[in-house]
Amino acid sequence: MADSRQQPHSSQPTHAGHRPDAVEYAIEANRLTRKFGPLTAVDQVSLQVPSASIYGFLGPNGCGKTTMIRMLCGLLSPTAGDAKILGIAVPEHAEQLRTRTGYMTQKFSLYEDLSSEENLKFIGRIYSLSGKALIRRVDELVETYELSTLRNRRPDAMSGGQRQRLALACATLHKPDLLFLDEPTSSVDPENRRKFWEKLFDLCDQGTTILVSTHFMDEAERCHRLAILEAGQLRTEGDPQTLMNNLQSHVVELTGSRLRDLKTPIQRLPHVKSVAQQGARLRVLVDIGIEHPQAYLAQQLPPPAPGDDFQATLVRPNLEDVFVTVTHSERQ
Amino acid sequence: MPAFWGRMSAVIVKEFKHLGRDRMTFGMAVMIPLVQLLLFGYAINTEVRYVPVGLVDQSGSAAGRIITQAVSATQVVDFQQRYHTPKEAEQAIVKGEIRAALVLPPDLTQRLVQHRTLGQWLIDGSDTMVSASLLQLRNMPLNQAIIDPNIAPPAATPTFDMALFFNPTRRSAVNIIPGLTAVILTMTMVLFTATAIVRERERGNMELIITTPIRPIELMIGKIVPYIFIGLMQVSIILLLGYWIFDVPVNGSVTHIYLATLLFICASLTLGLIISTLVQTQLQAMQATMFILLPSILLSGFMFPYEAMPHIAQTIAEALPATHFMRMIRAIILRGAELDTLVFDSLWLIAFTLAGITLAALRFHKRLD
Repeated sequence: MADSRQQPHSSQPTHAGHRPDAVEYAIEANRLTRKFGPLTAVDQVSLQVPSASIYGFLGPNGCGKTTMIRMLCGLLSPTAGDAKILGIAVPEHAEQLRTRTGYMTQKFSLYEDLSSEENLKFIGRIYSLSGKALIRRVDELVETYELSTLRNRRPDAMSGGQRQRLALACATLHKPDLLFLDEPTSSVDPENRRKFWEKLFDLCDQGTTILVSTHFMDEAERCHRLAILEAGQLRTEGDPQTLMNNLQSHVVELTGSRLRDLKTPIQRLPHVKSVAQQGARLRVLVDIGIEHPQAYLAQQLPPPAPGDDFQATLVRPNLEDVFVTVTHSERQ
Repeated sequence: MPAFWGRMSAVIVKEFKHLGRDRMTFGMAVMIPLVQLLLFGYAINTEVRYVPVGLVDQSGSAAGRIITQAVSATQVVDFQQRYHTPKEAEQAIVKGEIRAALVLPPDLTQRLVQHRTLGQWLIDGSDTMVSASLLQLRNMPLNQAIIDPNIAPPAATPTFDMALFFNPTRRSAVNIIPGLTAVILTMTMVLFTATAIVRERERGNMELIITTPIRPIELMIGKIVPYIFIGLMQVSIILLLGYWIFDVPVNGSVTHIYLATLLFICASLTLGLIISTLVQTQLQAMQATMFILLPSILLSGFMFPYEAMPHIAQTIAEALPATHFMRMIRAIILRGAELDTLVFDSLWLIAFTLAGITLAALRFHKRLD
């Protein structure tokens, strides 16, 4: 367990699956599938989450992130496939895992009409804490998650960030080995989101495995490993740095005075995967098979008008480029 | 003006779409008139017939048999039991087995000849509608029929002597107020539990709760216990006010009243739990409660005497906890009965509760699918 632990943002592939004997996986999913009537929400997803790491599910809304997490929690039975959580099969033996896993739902699920402290104490008693042990644990959490001024406040009078801190405190109250967080920061401002992630790294350092779903790129980039989901399918999987390094596209940034007019013709080019405007630049993903992407673009496009300061620069790929590339290639 | 119609019709069309997609609400809109029609049509019968009564014939004479047959022929009563002494018959009335008993004295034949009052009706007066029907028998012209049609009896002598027990002044409040406890408890207990669980599901609390080690049975019992106290409080309010304002006598023991109430509260709470496992929203929980409440008001004997209802309505009534409690609470409060004489109804409520809790816990899965 200890050797699989990592510093945040490190990209060494220590737990990338090269040494399966040395690695203990907190989550192992094997061709997990879930259908709702005609809709296949999760389609044969297999993945392994190393212990004591932060693993991200990145994908657009409706890609199956929540369904995947609910199946891993044992709340939904898979239509096909199987999963082991901390070595225990779910959903068959999900009850055995209740004291070892924590779940923070996408929708705030604590009681709006109970104060922070009452919510914490309620959850504590559900996990069989009582008396001094309960009071001590609640005090600890209040301090860790900076809730001391909010002890007597009800969640309905708290900000998004405060509510999420309280929810995380409740989800970690019983010191779970594995924590499921379903879009924990979707209603949190960037400042509080950063603080929230500090807490996650603290938990991870203490040995907790964290599975977090998100649709924010910056948040996905903080994960040790990442699975990109789209339309219920696993598009790619790996640590963010490797994913970016191994991108199957060149990223070219175009600047100039007639970018809006260029967008449509560029999009039609056979070897262009995507074009997105970012302020005064166009970010173009060109097939990795093209040797000189800048030259390719310059050739294919009408020559710049006199006075147009058209420029094409090759830039470092970011996670969004990875996301666009893997979701784009599957669609074709 | 066209803008007015345009916007308003947009709302109308949208509202129709909501209705069409909420199948439960639409179903209720159809079912409620249907069920109400049947319930009211069947249950509302103020003309009470075939009241179950007992007979204490101490004369053992032919005249006794003829009189009994003549009384039966009125269809007002149905002689279901024979008792040896008036005391036994009174006990049966207290238990609620019969509503009244006809006592024919040993000197019946002599009384017949002398145009005296023939016998005495011992009547459970608590239900004014039932007692009103029985009181019709007071002056039924029996003497002529049996002895000699030509001899007219002195008009001043009634055929039977009527002894109204428990509610001699025939005030309907005496019967209504104990019954009201059954209606109010049905209304609140079923609704409270049904919505309490559904609310957690609607607000998303349930998704968190079911990922904790809590067991369904712990959650179920934990959810209903607080409402037991609410129910006991409601009953206390109704009975205290009934006693102070409406002079409703409390003839039975307070302990037995609360024990019976406890049984009924538990049965109603489990009914609420079952509903909560069947519906998705609080609105649906309310509609489903209406479905229980209406027959509980109309068929339980609260508004109309159980005896006056047709067989099918009685069968439905027997399936409702409120019917059983209605009998118990009236027997205890008005007739001073004790729980051990109400064994069937008590056991029925206990069995209902146990079966209900089990069913609800089985239906409640710690899953979302």
